Amino acid sequence: MSKVSDIKLKTKQIVKKHKGDKSALIAVLQDIQEAFNYLPKEALITVGDAMGIPTSRVYEVATFYNAFSLNPRGEHIVKICVGTACHVRGASAILDKFERTLFIKPGETNQDQKFSLELVNCVGACALGPVVVIDTEYHGQMTMAKVDKIIGKLKEGAQ
Amino acid sequence: MVNMIIDGKNISAPKDTMLLAAIRGAGISVPTLCAHEAVSRSGSCRLCVVEIKKGNRSRIVTSCLYGVEEGLVVDTKSDRVLNVRRLVMELLLARCPESDVLQKMALEMGAEPQPRFVADTDKGKCILCRSCVRVCEEVVGVSAIGLFARGSQKTVGPPFHEQSDVCIGCGACVYVCPTGHIEMISTGEKRKIWGRRFKMQPCDKCGKFFAPVDQLKYISKKTGVPFEELSVCTDCR
Ligand code: SF4
Ligand code: FES
Ligand code: FES
Repeated sequence: MSKVSDIKLKTKQIVKKHKGDKSALIAVLQDIQEAFNYLPKEALITVGDAMGIPTSRVYEVATFYNAFSLNPRGEHIVKICVGTACHVRGASAILDKFERTLFIKPGETNQDQKFSLELVNCVGACALGPVVVIDTEYHGQMTMAKVDKIIGKLKEGAQ
Repeated sequence: MVNMIIDGKNISAPKDTMLLAAIRGAGISVPTLCAHEAVSRSGSCRLCVVEIKKGNRSRIVTSCLYGVEEGLVVDTKSDRVLNVRRLVMELLLARCPESDVLQKMALEMGAEPQPRFVADTDKGKCILCRSCVRVCEEVVGVSAIGLFARGSQKTVGPPFHEQSDVCIGCGACVYVCPTGHIEMISTGEKRKIWGRRFKMQPCDKCGKFFAPVDQLKYISKKTGVPFEELSVCTDCR
């Protein structure tokens, strides 16, 4: 699903689903990211053409929101909360542990494209801090031991 | 008409105008960077601040975006205004220390670089006012450039930071930029802007290179005037 023609086709379908409505640009980009895990350049250009929005405007929106990624991301997205509450409860040690276990820094994806590391500022579950969100699952009261366990499980599952 | 008191003088201005226009219409000067007459207001430079009083409340507003109101009492040079303006200028200076335009303005308003605002080295002269982006969209109509990313990472340029295929090389952005950030190099038959080279059209009569071929093609397409008629420079027309 990464050939240019596939990307264009899928993108056009997504635009169509939103009836080409210009005000739905963000929703369209969200759907594209859902489909490809990131926003491919060809998709952004296709969106502009299909919706009648200049590429420069599309690129402005795509680069403005943290939720959008312009680079391919891993199969699993690890979001470490470094908000105030989680910070106080030791988020930086958890971050450190993930960095050392996955050999990547925030914003990066590991070599086999399995994991991407990202930072977030509060996910609204402060009482469970330190919180880590992996894909759509929330992991509260993180500890070093839990990190190993979770990553181990995901690696197995990804086989 | 709306009646106001600006710097102690009775001033009236048409409804639906912005305070900045009314102030300048009264012959009072206000420093600005982003309020270029060719484009719509963005309110981004924040130098046009003034103090307004309604009843016994007063507050600071950006005059370029504040609509005139009946009975408004405006002070364009109060201590509070001058302090805010100086602070804004200090921050702009920290962003673009090399900008001669900013340096000159700063000198006039008594602002100096502050050690507590660490100077940037990678921002060039761009204050992110969006005038160039607006002129490209609103006047030229091609939207070749934009402001990308956000916060301290924000930069101006063509999308993907690559050569734009919709840019016509007209240079309108260079013309509206208040600080001279945008580089355009012209060497007669060629012009380079935003990383792309444009072929220039020589005038049919005098032979002088006067406009990018792509710009003339664009005008021809938009207006329906045949290209041949456009390939004569304004001096020879
Ligand atoms: S390049 Fe000039 S006109 Fe464009 S945003 Fe920067 S300062 Fe404003
Ligand atoms: S600070 Fe981490 S969930 Fe609120
Ligand atoms: S002139 Fe009003 S903010 Fe720039």
